[in-house]
Amino acid sequence: MEDYNLIVTSSPHIHSGESTSKIMLTVAAALLLPTIGSIYFFGPRALALVIVSSVAAVITEAIFQKLRNRPITIKDGSALVTGMLLALNLPPGLPYWMAAVGAVVAISLGKQIYGGIGANPFNPALIGRVFLMVSFTGPMTTWINPVDGTTGATPLSLMKMQGISTDYMKLFLGNVGGSLGETSALLIIIGGLFLIFKGYADWRIPASYLGTVAILSLILGRDPIFHLLAGGLMLGAFFMATDMVTTPITKKGKIIFGIGAGFFTVLIRFFGGYPEGVSFSILLMNAFTPIINRFTVPRIYGEVKAK
Amino acid sequence: MVKTFNGGIHPPYNKELTKNKPVKETVLPSKVILPMGMHVGAPCEPLVKVGDMVKKGQKIGDSKAFVSVPVHASISGKVIAVEPRLWPGGGLMMSVVIESDGKDEAYEDINPPKPLDKLTPEEIKSIIREAGMAGLGGAGFPTHVKLAVPPEKNIDTIIVNAAECEPYITADHRLLLEHPEDVVLGLKAIMKAVNVNKGIIAIEDNKIDALDGINRAIAGSEGIQVIILATKYPQGGEKQLIQAVTDREVPSGGLPMDVGVIVNNAGTCAAIAKVLKTGMPLIERITTVTGSGINEPSNLLIRIGTPLIDIIEQCGGFKGTPGKVLMGGPMMGLAQSTLDVPAIKGTSGILVLEKSDVKLFEPSTCINCARCVDACPINLLPTRLAKFSEKGRWKDAEDYHAMDCIECGCCAYVCPAHIPLTQHIRIAKNTITALRKKNKK
Repeated sequence: MEDYNLIVTSSPHIHSGESTSKIMLTVAAALLLPTIGSIYFFGPRALALVIVSSVAAVITEAIFQKLRNRPITIKDGSALVTGMLLALNLPPGLPYWMAAVGAVVAISLGKQIYGGIGANPFNPALIGRVFLMVSFTGPMTTWINPVDGTTGATPLSLMKMQGISTDYMKLFLGNVGGSLGETSALLIIIGGLFLIFKGYADWRIPASYLGTVAILSLILGRDPIFHLLAGGLMLGAFFMATDMVTTPITKKGKIIFGIGAGFFTVLIRFFGGYPEGVSFSILLMNAFTPIINRFTVPRIYGEVKAK
Repeated sequence: MVKTFNGGIHPPYNKELTKNKPVKETVLPSKVILPMGMHVGAPCEPLVKVGDMVKKGQKIGDSKAFVSVPVHASISGKVIAVEPRLWPGGGLMMSVVIESDGKDEAYEDINPPKPLDKLTPEEIKSIIREAGMAGLGGAGFPTHVKLAVPPEKNIDTIIVNAAECEPYITADHRLLLEHPEDVVLGLKAIMKAVNVNKGIIAIEDNKIDALDGINRAIAGSEGIQVIILATKYPQGGEKQLIQAVTDREVPSGGLPMDVGVIVNNAGTCAAIAKVLKTGMPLIERITTVTGSGINEPSNLLIRIGTPLIDIIEQCGGFKGTPGKVLMGGPMMGLAQSTLDVPAIKGTSGILVLEKSDVKLFEPSTCINCARCVDACPINLLPTRLAKFSEKGRWKDAEDYHAMDCIECGCCAYVCPAHIPLTQHIRIAKNTITALRKKNKK
């Protein structure tokens, strides 16, 4: 009898072909849209910031894994996504070295220190951004107007400090001051919908997040359309609140996450000291993710109430 | 909208390999290996010894246990061994090995029973048990046990499971195309055995071409209808089928009976028809031999107990180097380590994957993507269960309903980190079962 050396493994014996790197690289591809937008609005400096941040993130990941004697997994694309996301959340005039510091912090303190991909409780890019925010508050809040390159205020701080609104169309297209990738709602929505269509982002989070902000704005007598389009809400709702690692796995949990993030965003914007609260609100909700998961375990098929 | 269930996946079905190939008779095997426990329940005691001459259809193994069915010789010839042998379920199983005398003589006592309308429900159940009926869909649950309805349960619907959701397998599809009348006759027998007026034949919408034939076969029969379901895996899972067809959910830990339903596979129905028409017990079945590693993918009528190697040779042998030989389909099939094991009552397919088609992955870390959560037809959280299993947190696994897992494989199929989720949960289930037994003592 011929010996065929048959392979024996447990079922299933076929696989969908999905992989972590495919997901991450698709997210990176979707982020190219706001990246291109940022180059259009803020010039080549925006591209340089994205490259500096991404390269710093990937190198930090590799060095950290090397030091920990772990397999180097920079090919999975997750560090690239963190680097890009961080850059898109930075002011266009930020010194390059600061962006690099932010990326190093994002990957080391935001991700690797917990054990790397999948183990971090907080969105690493937001950890990097908040670190920069508290360390270099001045440069992190100096905004440049698109096209003419003069310094100016973001629509949200104009609203907060002087009560001045900004034209909806300008906000929608992105021709306003702000972080690199947050200004153009249009490009973010296209990229976000692409991810939802591919199944790499769950619609429940942006829908409940944006919905909550709109409804609360309306209730509190503010302009809901302005608050949806201004600041980092769109980028946060579509690209950061949908980060798989740090958000709930249950469908109900995702909706609760979005509502919570929306609540905190409104709270900070309307009643807090900062004009913008998207980063903090997502980080806050990241902290709630484990407990949300625990309390939203879905009803299973045929579940009978315990006697 | 066609009916379906929650969750599930759409794997490549690869049914074109065999779906247009009529069922072929195979040459008589030179020997058969008949494991005494190819059904769920108590294994049989062999009724023959080495040297005995047996004939086709003769009972060679039986058990006094209720949850068990007899085993019959599938060829005529001489018993050459009664000993534990490897079997496709894994490990060793007491088996009777028969060497063919080439005559293929039927056992003298085999006679067709009375026509169905003259049989009482009790007689039907007894015929079904004596014929060795154990679900031909794969699980091998004794059919008469399904039909033994306690008086307090009220059954209103019999469903014929012809979803055949496993990729590659086309045995039931061919059966419905070639012998729909047998499926219908078997269904009628079951309906009569449990005194139910409603019968439903459920097919996936990728088998629409069988619809005309089924409709002709059920024409004039009261209470029998066809329901077309979405093509989605695991549509043919018993619980998913019941949800799709009746909108009812089998309670956790319960049986289809608890919601008034009995489900039988189309192949089982046809086998019941065969015994009603000829008296011959379950000794053969249709099986799909297919995959990238087979020269001539085919649907074959095989004798139960035929060694896999003989079946594969009848399909032109291996194409290239075989990587995996599966008993069943790619989602739930059992990988075999040797070709010396026999095809059994539940062998709906034999899938050979060419070596280059067998991909082995190194699992990476879970990224909480929740694809497994979306795919699970039971609404479990597979990633959580797998983590509990890995860490030995059996109590947590139990609280998160590990025991309700149907092991369909959807979670592992979609996992981008290539974590063998189904395997982890299976380990948890086995451990929990063992712990429960221990605690009872």
